[in-house]
Amino acid sequence: MWKTAEYTGWGRFYRAKGELARPERASALDRIAGEAPCPAIGQRRSYSDGCLNTRGRAIATDRLDRMLGFDEETGVLDVEAGCRLSEILRFFAPRGWLPTVLPGTGFATVGGAIGMDVHGKNHHHVGSFGQHVTGLTLHHPDGRREVLPGDPLFAATIGGMGQTGPIGSARLQMQPVKGPVMMVTERRVPDLDSYLELFDTTEATYTVGWIDATATGGNLGRGIFEEGETGAGLVPPAKRGKRIPMDAPNFALSGPVVRGFNAAYYRRIPDRGRTVVKPLEDFFFPLDKIFDWNRLYGKRGFHQFQCVVPLAARDVLREMLTKVSASGLASPLAVLKRMGPGRAGMMSFPTEGYTLAVDFPARDQAAEMIRRLIAMATEAGGRVYLAKDAFATAAQMDAMYPERADWAALCNGLDPDHAYETDLIRRLDLRAER
Amino acid sequence: MTDATTETWLILGATSSMARALARKLAERGAGLLLAGRDMDDLQATAADCSFHNASWAEAIRFDARDPESFGPIVDRMQAETGTLNVAVFVGSMPPQEEIDAQPEMIDGVVSDSFTGPARLVHALAPLLEARGSGTIVGVGSVAGDRGRVGNYVYGAAKAGFHTYMSGLRNRLTRSGAHAVTVKPGFVDTAMTWGLDGMFLVAPPDAVADAILTAERKRKNVIYTPFFWRYIMMIIRAVPEPIFKKLSI
Ligand SMILES: Cc1cc2nc3c(=O)[nH]c(=O)nc-3n(C[C@H](O)[C@H](O)[C@H](O)COP(=O)(O)OP(=O)(O)OC[C@H]3O[C@@H](n4cnc5c(N)ncnc54)[C@H](O)[C@@H]3O)c2cc1C
Ligand SMILES: NC(=O)c1ccc[n+]([C@@H]2O[C@H](COP(=O)([O-])OP(=O)(O)OC[C@H]3O[C@@H](n4cnc5c(N)ncnc54)[C@H](OP(=O)(O)O)[C@@H]3O)[C@@H](O)[C@H]2O)c1
Repeated sequence: MWKTAEYTGWGRFYRAKGELARPERASALDRIAGEAPCPAIGQRRSYSDGCLNTRGRAIATDRLDRMLGFDEETGVLDVEAGCRLSEILRFFAPRGWLPTVLPGTGFATVGGAIGMDVHGKNHHHVGSFGQHVTGLTLHHPDGRREVLPGDPLFAATIGGMGQTGPIGSARLQMQPVKGPVMMVTERRVPDLDSYLELFDTTEATYTVGWIDATATGGNLGRGIFEEGETGAGLVPPAKRGKRIPMDAPNFALSGPVVRGFNAAYYRRIPDRGRTVVKPLEDFFFPLDKIFDWNRLYGKRGFHQFQCVVPLAARDVLREMLTKVSASGLASPLAVLKRMGPGRAGMMSFPTEGYTLAVDFPARDQAAEMIRRLIAMATEAGGRVYLAKDAFATAAQMDAMYPERADWAALCNGLDPDHAYETDLIRRLDLRAER
Repeated sequence: MTDATTETWLILGATSSMARALARKLAERGAGLLLAGRDMDDLQATAADCSFHNASWAEAIRFDARDPESFGPIVDRMQAETGTLNVAVFVGSMPPQEEIDAQPEMIDGVVSDSFTGPARLVHALAPLLEARGSGTIVGVGSVAGDRGRVGNYVYGAAKAGFHTYMSGLRNRLTRSGAHAVTVKPGFVDTAMTWGLDGMFLVAPPDAVADAILTAERKRKNVIYTPFFWRYIMMIIRAVPEPIFKKLSI
C-alpha cells in the first residue's frame, strides 16, 4: 500500500522522500484515513513545501479523479478531489459550464484548489475557489464527514492546506459560460501607474497583467494587460503540448537573456493593442502546454514570490519592482493583478489589494531578495501566498494571517497528533498555539 | 434483432484502474457499459463518471468470481441488450507468494479469481455472441503466465490456464464471427503493483486501454502491452530449464 518516493513541489527547490499511498477508490481512502492518517496531496503544483512530507507519509490523490454527478438545474458538480481542473474545463465548456474559479494551471486538482483556496483572473468579481464550494467530504479516522459552508470546519478546510484531513470529494458551483472561446484584448501598458489605473477601472470579467520585471526607470512596471470575456465562435485547433526534455543549463535564464526576451515579448503586441480569440485553455492555463516547464530552471529549481498588498500600498509595489528590476535576478514570469476581498477560509490568501508574482531561479541572491520582499509585504500590511512561499518566517505569520491561531486550535483539536502536518506547516510553525 | 449501431460492454473487475481507463474510452465512443465487481460503491462512481463521458448508459452489477450465484443475473442482463455484445475480463488476484506458501488453500481462491470464475461466466456468455455472430471477448492475462517463476507461480499458473482457455475460446468463436483477444500486460501502474519491489518499465493504465482498443479493432489474437514485452518474454521463454530453474528473476 505504501511506496517510497522522492518528490518535489513545482519549484523543485524543496524536496521530500517518504512513503506515498495512492488510493484508487473512496473506500481505500477510508482505510488509509483510519489506519495511517497523513496529509493528502494533489498534483504538487504548489511551488514550495506545502505538498511535501519529508520522512513521513502522504496520500497521492491522482487516481481519485471521477465526476460523480451534475445537477443541470443548479449547476452543481459532485467530483472526486483528485480530478484536475483542466478535465472539468475540457468536459464542461462545450456543454456551457465552467468552474467558477480557475487558477493559472489546469493541473491543479479540486483538492489542491480547496487546500489553497485558489484565485483566478476573475477574482475581483467572483472571489476565491472556496466561495463556490457548496460542500465537501472529509475522510477522518472515525469515518466520513460532510462539511457545509457555515460550519467552522468548512472555513478551516478551505485554504487549510490539508490540515483538517483528506478531502475525498467536493461539490462545486459551476457557472454558465457564453461559449467555448475567450475574446482577449491585449494592450501594452507603459508603466506602473497606468497599469494600476487600468486595473482600477476595468470592467472586464477576466483580467491579468504580465509585467516586465526587468524594465527600469520610466519603463518600470511596463507590461501587457489582458482582458477576457467568454464568447461563442470558432475554436482554433488546440496545439499539442510540448515537453521540456531535460534540465536546462544555468545560463538559460540569465539576466541578459531574460531582458532581451521580455523586450521582444512586450513589443509583440501592437501599439494600439489587439483582440484575439483563444481557446479557453490557452487563456486560463497559458503555461500548461509546455509540460515540465519548471525544468527550464535547471536542477537547482526556482522560487515564486507572490504577495498581495493593500490598495493604498502602491508605493510599496513600486519599491518592490524597483528592487527586483535593479537586481537582474527576475525571470520572464511576473504577473500583476488586482484582487477583490473574496475569500472563504481562515487561512485563505486572497484579500483586497494588488497581487504581484515574480519567479526567480533558486540562487542565494534570489533568496536574499525574496526575504526582503516578504518583509516589505508584511510591513505594508500585506501577506505572501503559502502555495508559493519558500522563505517567510514563523514570526511573520500572525501579522499576515490574523486568524492563524484560531485555525491552529481548530486543527489541533481535530488532529491532536499533528498527523496531517506537511513540511510547510512545520517550517512556519503554522499550527503552534501561540 | 441485432443492431450494429449499438455496442454493449460487460467489464468484469471494473474497479481495476486498467478497466476504468478502458471504460472511460468506451464511454467516450458512446458504448453501453455494464460494470461488474464487488465494490458496488466504487462501481457506481465509475458508472456516473462514464455516463458523463458520453456512455449511452452505464450500470453497476454485482459480480464475485468466487460466487457463481452472481453470474446468472449478469448473463440475463446482457441477453436483454440489443446490438453487439462484448466482454472484457480484468479480474485477477495476486497475493504475495509467501502468504500462499504458508496457506496453500489460498491457491483455490487465486485460481477462481484469475481463471475459473471469469471463465465460467464467459462460458455462459459465449453462446450469446455466437448467436449474434459478432462481438469480442477480451481476456486480460499476464506475462506472469508465460513461465512459472519462484516469485509468483501460483498466480502465473492461473494466468497460464486462462491464456489456454482464451486460445481455445478464440478457436471456437471465430467460427461464428465473434472474436477473442488475449492481452498480456507487463508491469502496469495500478493498485496491484503500487509499492512492489523490482518494478521497471511500468506502463500507465491508459496505455493498456489504448492497446486493448486497437487490438479489438484490428482483431488481434494475442497482444503484449506495452509491445516490447513480447520480446522480453521471448527471451525469458528461451532460457533452457536447467538454467532457468536456478535464476531468481
Ligand atoms: C503555472 C502555475 C500557475 C498557478 N496559478 C495560480 C493562480 O493563478 N492562482 C492561484 O491561486 N494559484 C495558482 N497556482 C498555484 C496552484 O493553483 C496551487 O498551488 C494549487 O494548490 C495546486 O493544486 P495541486 O492539486 O497541485 O495541490 P498540491 O500542490 O499538491 O497541494 C496543495 C495543498 O492542498 C492540499 N491538498 C491537496 N489535495 C488535497 C485533498 N484531496 N485533501 C486535502 N488537502 C489536499 C495539500 O495538502 C497542500 O496543502 C499556480 C501554480 C502553477 C504551477
Ligand atoms: N498491474 C500489473 O502490473 C498487471 C500485470 C499483468 C496483468 N495484470 C492483470 O490485470 C488485471 C487488472 O489488474 P490491476 O493491476 O488493475 O489490479 P487490481 O486493481 O487488483 O484489479 C484486480 C481486479 O480483479 C477484481 N477481483 C479480484 N478478485 C475478485 C473476485 N473474487 N470477484 C470479483 N472481482 C475480483 C478486483 O476487484 P475488487 O476491487 O473487488 O478487489 C479488481 O477489479 C488483473 O487480471 C491482473 O492480474 C496486472
